[in-house]
Amino acid sequence: MPDQLVYAMEVTLNGLMAGVMYSLVALGFVLIFKASGIFNYAQGVLALFAALTLVGLQQGQVPFAHLINAVFGTDLHHFGWHLPAVVAIALTAGVMVLMAIAVEKLVLKHLVNQAPIILFMATIGLAYFLEGFGDVMWGADIKKLDVGLPQGISETIESVTADWFGYGFFIDNLDIVATVVAVALVTALTVFSQYSKQGRALRAVADDHQAALSVGISLRFIWVLVWSIAGFVALVAGIMWGTKSGVQFSLSLIALKALPVLMLGGFTSIPGAIVGGLIIGVGEKLFEFSIGPMIGGATENWFAYMLALLFLVFRPQGLFGERIIERV
Amino acid sequence: MKSKFTTAVVTAIALAGPAMADLVVPNLSYRTGAYAANGIPYADGFNDYFTLLNERDGGIGGEIVQVPECETAYNTEKGVECYESTKGMGALAYNPLSTGITYQLIPKVTADGITLYTPGYGRTSAANGSVFEWVFNYPANYWDGASVAIKYLLDENGGDLAGKKVTLLYHNSAYGKEPIRTLQALSEKHGFELQAVPVDHPGQEQKSQWLQIRRDKPDYVLMWGWGVMNQVAIQEAVNIRYPMDHFIGIWWSGSENDVKPAGDGANGYKALTMHGTGMDYPIYADIQKYVVDAGKAAGAGDMVGTVLYSRGMYAAMVIAEAIRKGQEIHGTSAVNAAQVRDGFENLEITEERMAELGLPQFGPPFAASCTDHGGPGAAMIQQWDAAAGTWNSITGFIAPDDAVLDPLVAEDSAAFAAENNITPRCQ
Amino acid sequence: MLYREAGDFKTTYREDNQTFPIRFDRIAYYTTVAAAFAVVPFFINDYWANAVFVPFLIYAIAALGLNILTGYAGQVSLGTGGFMAVGAYACYKLMTAFPEMSMVLNVLLAGLVTAGVGVLFGLPSLRIKGFYLAVATLAAQFFLVWLFNKVPWFYNNSASGQITAPERTFLGQFVTGAQTSASAKYLFCLAFVFVLALVARNLTRGTTGRKWMAIRDMDIAAEIIGVNPLTTKLSAFAVSSFYIGVAGALFFSVYLGAAEVGESFGIQKSFLILFMVIIGGLGSIFGSFAGAAFLVLLPVLLKNVLVGTLGWPTDLAAHIELMIVGALIIIFLIVEPHGLAQLWRLTKEKLRLWPFPH
Repeated sequence: MPDQLVYAMEVTLNGLMAGVMYSLVALGFVLIFKASGIFNYAQGVLALFAALTLVGLQQGQVPFAHLINAVFGTDLHHFGWHLPAVVAIALTAGVMVLMAIAVEKLVLKHLVNQAPIILFMATIGLAYFLEGFGDVMWGADIKKLDVGLPQGISETIESVTADWFGYGFFIDNLDIVATVVAVALVTALTVFSQYSKQGRALRAVADDHQAALSVGISLRFIWVLVWSIAGFVALVAGIMWGTKSGVQFSLSLIALKALPVLMLGGFTSIPGAIVGGLIIGVGEKLFEFSIGPMIGGATENWFAYMLALLFLVFRPQGLFGERIIERV
Repeated sequence: MKSKFTTAVVTAIALAGPAMADLVVPNLSYRTGAYAANGIPYADGFNDYFTLLNERDGGIGGEIVQVPECETAYNTEKGVECYESTKGMGALAYNPLSTGITYQLIPKVTADGITLYTPGYGRTSAANGSVFEWVFNYPANYWDGASVAIKYLLDENGGDLAGKKVTLLYHNSAYGKEPIRTLQALSEKHGFELQAVPVDHPGQEQKSQWLQIRRDKPDYVLMWGWGVMNQVAIQEAVNIRYPMDHFIGIWWSGSENDVKPAGDGANGYKALTMHGTGMDYPIYADIQKYVVDAGKAAGAGDMVGTVLYSRGMYAAMVIAEAIRKGQEIHGTSAVNAAQVRDGFENLEITEERMAELGLPQFGPPFAASCTDHGGPGAAMIQQWDAAAGTWNSITGFIAPDDAVLDPLVAEDSAAFAAENNITPRCQ
Repeated sequence: MLYREAGDFKTTYREDNQTFPIRFDRIAYYTTVAAAFAVVPFFINDYWANAVFVPFLIYAIAALGLNILTGYAGQVSLGTGGFMAVGAYACYKLMTAFPEMSMVLNVLLAGLVTAGVGVLFGLPSLRIKGFYLAVATLAAQFFLVWLFNKVPWFYNNSASGQITAPERTFLGQFVTGAQTSASAKYLFCLAFVFVLALVARNLTRGTTGRKWMAIRDMDIAAEIIGVNPLTTKLSAFAVSSFYIGVAGALFFSVYLGAAEVGESFGIQKSFLILFMVIIGGLGSIFGSFAGAAFLVLLPVLLKNVLVGTLGWPTDLAAHIELMIVGALIIIFLIVEPHGLAQLWRLTKEKLRLWPFPH
C-alpha cells in the first residue's frame, strides 16, 4: 500500500479519537441547551473547576489556603492525606451537584423566562466567577492529574497494523479510554432519558417548558438535575484533558474546540455532538495532513469552523438539529 | 454616568499612590491566566532576591529597594496599564517577562528614559545597543539560543550535521517565530534539513504535529514553547516514544512544570539554560534565613530553587548589580533611571562577583558596552532526571555562532532604526 | 426634580424629534461633550490616557459597531477580534506604504477595508441564524488571525510577526508613536468617537436603522413588508465592520503602538466586546458607552482598590477581581436583564417623578 494512504488512515483514526475528546466537552453544552435553552458559556470553566477540585481533594490540599494565609498570616497547605481516585471522583461529583444547586438557587431562579441572550450572559458572569473562585480555592499553579488512566502508545494496535501495512499506527491509550468512556456516557444518558422517570421529565421540559409545568414537573428540580449532569460530564472531560496536559487555566479553553462541534452537530442533539465531533476531528486532522504543509500549518483551529460553516450553509440547523420552522 | 465612574476611580488611585523614595523596580508579573504556572515561580524569585537584599544588606548602597508588583496576566493591554501605573513611582527598570509586552514597551521606555531589561526574551536585535539605547537583553537571546542548540548538536555529531533532519516545534506567535530565520541561516551553513511546525495557542491539542514528527522521524526536535504547549508536547513525545535526549527545548521550555506532568517518560529531555539551577548555591542559605524563615517569601514560598525561580532571581541579580554600578559611576546612592541605564551599559559580571554574591558560576561572565547590549549569548544544556526530579547541566557554557548572528542582528536593528528615524549611537 | 418636561415645549417637528427631548438631558449631554473636549485634555496624564480613557474610547467605538450588528440588526457576531485585526493591519499597511498620508485618512480607509471583509463574512447570515450564525463569524475570527500570522506580507516580513506603528502626526501633533502626548492621543480618539457616535445615533433612528430593527424583530415579517433582507443584513455588517475596523486601527496605532495578531485580536477580544454590548444594553448607543466603561474601568478600579489600597497580593486580587466582575454581571442581570442602558432609563423615569411618585 502506498505510504501516503497508510498515513492518511492513521491520521483519520487519530482524528476520530480527537473527535471523541471534543464531543465529551460538547456533550455538556448540548445537555444544558436542550433542557433549558441556555447556551452555557461556562462549560469549559466548569471542566477546569471540576478537574481542579478533583486534584485538590485527591492530594488533600486545603481549600482557600492562599486566601486564609494572606488574611490570617497562617501557613496552611495540605491536610496530609491522599485519597484514592475513586473516592475523590465521587466527592468531586458531589461538589458539582452542590454547585448545580447553587447555580439554580442564586442565578437561574431569578432569570426564569428571560431571553436566551440574557441567560447566555449570565453564564458568562458565572464563567468569570468560577474562574476566579477555582483559582482562589485551589491555586493557579499547574497540577498533575493522575487517576490511573493509561497513557502512551497502544502497543497492540501498533504491532497489528505493522503486520498489516508495514507501518505501525499510533493510537494513544488515553484516547481509547476516552472513546470507551464516551460510549458508556452516551449510553447511560440515553438510557436515563428514555427509561427513567426523571429522564422523561427532562425530555418533556426540553420539548415545552409550559406544558411540562402544567403536568406538574418541577422546572427547578430539572434544572438542578441537568446542571448536575452537565457538571458530571464536565468532570469526565476535565479528567481526560487534564490527564493529557496537567490541570491549569488553559483547560477552560477546550470549550473553543467544542463550539464548531456544536454548530455542526446541532445544539439540541446528543448524537449530533458525537457525530459532529467525529467529523470535525477527522476533517481538521486530514486537512492539516494534506493541505496544511502547503500553506504553513496550524490550520486546525480555523478549519474546524470553516467546515462547520460549510455544513451550515446547506443545513442551517446543524446536522441533527431540530428543523427551524418559521411562522409569521 | 462617566463622571460618576471617574470620581470613583480618582479616589481609588489617589489612595494608591506610593511613597516617592527608595529605589523602585516594578515587577510586572503574571500569576493568573493561561501562563500563570510559568509566571509564578519567576515572580517569586524576582521578589525574593530584592527582599534578601533589603533584609540582609539594607538594600543596595543603603537604599531600600521597593518592588511593587503588578499583574499583567501575560496580556499586553494590562501590561500597558501596569507600565503607566508604575512608571510614575520613579521606576528604574522593567522586566515584563513577555515578548508581546516588550515590543510594546520598547518605544515607550525609549521616550520615557527607563531601562527595559529582557534577559532571554523580547526583541532579539535589541542586543545592538547603538540602536536600542534603553533596552538590554544580556546574557542571551533567542537567536543565541537557536545557535547554541545547533552548536551542541554539531558537537554531538562530530561537527557535521549534513543531511540530518531537524524539526522546530514552535508556539505560533511572535515569540515562537523568532528563531526561524536564524535556524534557516544555520541550516544553509551546516547543511541540515529544517522543518518548522507551528502549534497554535494554547497548544492543548498537538496530535497532528506529533503524528507528523513520528512519520518524518527527524533526528532532532527543537521546541520553542510556553505554557501548556510544553507539557503537552513532552507528553506527546513520550507517547510516540520519541527519544527524549534528541528533544531539546529553549530555556522557556525547560522548567519542572513542563516535565513533571509526563512523569518518568520525560527522563532525558534536554533544555537550554543561561544560568544554573538547583539548591547548590550558597545564596540559598541566606534566602532561607532572611526570607523564607522570616516569613517574607513571595507567593506560597514553595518555588525556591526551581528553574524559573532561579531565572527570576538571576534577572533581579543583574538589575541589582546594574543599580550598584550606576551608584558607583555617579557617586550617589539615590540613582535615577538614566543613571541606572549607565549602570546597565557599563555592567560587568565576573566570576568573582558572582561568587561574592553567593552564586558561583551561576551565569556566564559578561561585560556590556555601548554597542553590546546582548552579552556573550552563551548557554548551557541541562537534562532532566525524572527519578531524582532535578535538572543536571551536562555541558558548560556554549558560545553561539556570532558569524551567523551578527549580520542578522545588524539587519533587523537597521530596519528598526530606519522605521523610527533613529541615528545609531556609539560611533 | 431633575427631569422635568414641564415648560419644555416643542414647536416644530424637528425639535420634537431631537435626540434628547428633555432639557436636563440636553444640558447634561452638552456639558459632558464640552468637558470631554475642553477640560479633560488639560488634566490628562499618561496613566489616565493609557489605562483608562483611550481604551475606553476605542472599546466604545468597537461596542458601537457590534451593537449596530447585534443590538439593532439582531445578528450575533463573535468575529469582532478578527475584524479589529483587519482594521489594524490595513492601517499598518497604509501607514508604511504611504508615509505622507494623513492619519485620519489611514484610519478611515482601514475602516472601509474592514467593511468589505465584513460584508464577505456576512454573506452566510442570509441563511444561518441565531447562535448558529456565530459560527460564520467565529470562522472569520480564526481564519483572519491565522492569515495575519501566516502571510509575511501583512507584517512587512518582520522577524517575529509583530507590527509596530511608525510615528505619524496630525495637525502638527504626534498621534502615534512614543512621542505622542497623552492629550493628543485622547483627543484624536475622542474626535472619532464623537463623530461616529453621532452618525450611529442618526443612522439607527432613520430608515436604515428601522430596517435593521425590523429584520432583528422578525426577518420573515420584515421581508413581507418590503425590507430587503440581503441589502439590510449586509449593510448592517458593512457599517458595523467599518466601526470595528476604525476601532482596530486606533487600538493598534494610537493605543498599543505594537501588536501581535493572536494576542491582541484573539477570540478573547471578540467575547469581551460582546460582553460590553450585552452588559451595556443591546440596541442602545448609550449602552455601548456604559458597557465599555464598565468592563474597562471596573477591573482597573478593583485592582487599584484591592492591591493599592488593601495591599493584597496581586494574584489573589486578580482572582477576587474576576469573582467580583462575574458576580456583578449576574447581579446586574437579575436586577435588570436589559443592561445598564435600561437601568439608566428606569432611573430617569424615577427621577422624573421624584419626589412625588404618584
